[in-house]
Amino acid sequence: MKQFLAFVRKEIYHIMRDVRTIMILLGIPVIQIILFGFAISTEVRNAEIAIYDPSNDAATRRIAEQIETSSYFNIVKYISSPKEIDQLFKKGEVSIVLVFADRFREKMLHTGKGEIQIIADASDPNNATSLTNYLRGIIGVYQQELMKEQKVPYQITSEVKLLYNPQMKGAYNFVPGVLGMILMLICAMMTSIAVVREKEMGTMEVLLVSPMKPLLIIIAKAVPYFLLSCINLTTVLLLSVFVLDVPVAGSLFWLITVSLVFIFVSLSLGLLVSTITESQMIAMLISGMVFMLPVVLLSGMMFPVENMPDFLQWISLAIPARWYIAAVKDIMIKGLGFEGIVKELVILSGMIVFLLAVSLKKFKSRLE
Amino acid sequence: MKAIEVKGLKKKYRKTEAIKGVSFEVDKGELFGIIGPDGAGKTTLFRILTTLIYPDEGEARVEGLDTIKDYKEIRHIVGYMPGRFSLYQDLSVEENLTFFATVFNTTIKENYHLIEDIYKQIEPFKRRKAGKLSGGMKQKLALSCALIHKPKVLFLDEPTTGVDPVSRKEFWGMLKKLKKEGITIIVSTPYMDEAMLCDRIALISEGEIMKINSPEGIIDEYDSRLWKIRGEDMHRLLKDVREYEGTESCYAFGDSLHITLKGGEESIGGLEKFAEEKGHGKIRGEEIRANIEDCFMKLMKK
Repeated sequence: MKQFLAFVRKEIYHIMRDVRTIMILLGIPVIQIILFGFAISTEVRNAEIAIYDPSNDAATRRIAEQIETSSYFNIVKYISSPKEIDQLFKKGEVSIVLVFADRFREKMLHTGKGEIQIIADASDPNNATSLTNYLRGIIGVYQQELMKEQKVPYQITSEVKLLYNPQMKGAYNFVPGVLGMILMLICAMMTSIAVVREKEMGTMEVLLVSPMKPLLIIIAKAVPYFLLSCINLTTVLLLSVFVLDVPVAGSLFWLITVSLVFIFVSLSLGLLVSTITESQMIAMLISGMVFMLPVVLLSGMMFPVENMPDFLQWISLAIPARWYIAAVKDIMIKGLGFEGIVKELVILSGMIVFLLAVSLKKFKSRLE
Repeated sequence: MKAIEVKGLKKKYRKTEAIKGVSFEVDKGELFGIIGPDGAGKTTLFRILTTLIYPDEGEARVEGLDTIKDYKEIRHIVGYMPGRFSLYQDLSVEENLTFFATVFNTTIKENYHLIEDIYKQIEPFKRRKAGKLSGGMKQKLALSCALIHKPKVLFLDEPTTGVDPVSRKEFWGMLKKLKKEGITIIVSTPYMDEAMLCDRIALISEGEIMKINSPEGIIDEYDSRLWKIRGEDMHRLLKDVREYEGTESCYAFGDSLHITLKGGEESIGGLEKFAEEKGHGKIRGEEIRANIEDCFMKLMKK
């Protein structure tokens, strides 16, 4: 035990004395949360809109008013001729244009049809889709107002209700993703690099020719990174609750439990990498390409798993972060407790057992 | 029981045979040198003895313990200093030593008498990071770390490579002292002059031990007459002497050439004359006693 503690202390010295690395490790979560939270946002806010309104009657003014008061749009211009539309898009001054037909209200009242054209800049298709949807929604609200006035006997109104994330906040989606990424980075990548560094430096040779059990050497290496991960878990959770206003709707206890389980999965992954690689470079490449990339692309952090081709969905089943992110979403956003994450907990625990078994089998108490 | 027994050891790395059937024994308390050039298989031999790699064939015992079966016990009783400096560069001198003491379940205090002479010299710098030490000091620190648990057998793989001559001399002085403590020391080196300081040496080349004896014994076995000559233009002289029909071997040693003649010729007069004709001026041949390197060269030629 004394040996083990001495080893852990030595490992902490290594980490603390490498100021640049420790700054990166502690800084990455903060930077990522802030970047994702404020800069890289998929939400639509204050999109520039121009309106061409040749009729300028009660109906069109009412719609424009509602657009103006919504937080999604910002009317930058009323244009006087449809010819200007092209120019506006080319200059990038607006991302969407609403065009009313002339004598809009009159036609609507007489023929029952009000004609509106929505023109959107679809160079960013996701953005264009959400913008047109928002705009349609606003027009829909006005339509309902009209229907009430006219007391039409049969009304069919479809009401959309957004569950769990009524404001469609992006933060709800990426906080679990960032958590998964950071923990994977620190546990798997840093642990494996730390072990392989000893091999590269030749110190492993000396350590092996000592009474210390080789397995203990590697576990001792993982301890400081485990502590670092706990610090990062705390920072990310605090930042998301207090800075991004993402509440922890469910049980904090189970959120931390599932995070600890995920940390162990990542540590075992790091362990496995360290037993099969000989150079820091390769350890980094494996952790980077084989672990980090799938976490970003296939875990559901960026793109919904359900939208992927079957083949990729199959692969994503094997990615621990996918299960972790799903569990975190269930707890933080849906507010579920233990019963909601049983499946994920079981799968993640199974992965720990599997990874540890493989790395123990691969583990060498010699140099070859 | 011998400190080390090695029988028919073989080791292959992919296609290259690093060790081709090596056998030897080392007595307890002996200072045993393994002398050979780079690539002779010294490090492989050390790694097998320190249980770091498996031999392909043969067996090796350290203090009667088998390097394959009893590797855990061996790791308790040996000290190992690999060829490369392998301590933690970002830890201070003192932290390194404390760490290795703890790993070996001991304290600096307990065995301080063993390392006192060596450690005293680096103690003034004990707060300095190991990576910032000079070559000689690094090596003293590494030796202290390998000794801190009072090993029964100490393995030193090329401990003096890359170390200045003064530190080298000091280092060998320390080994002599450790020998008095009853520690068996196996040391490898590519420097032939260090061979003379061992009790017995094994000359190793290309994975084979060519000869094992005391350094004196090996020199006594050298059976040709050996001559030393010096000249102005050594480079040209070497070339010319090698062209001389009576020359059996000729090697450059620092500022002179060591020469043996074919058929155990009694006099070097013929060669002196030949050199003079070639325009080297007056060349004087002097008969000398062989050194370990001469013996090594001769064995290599066989």
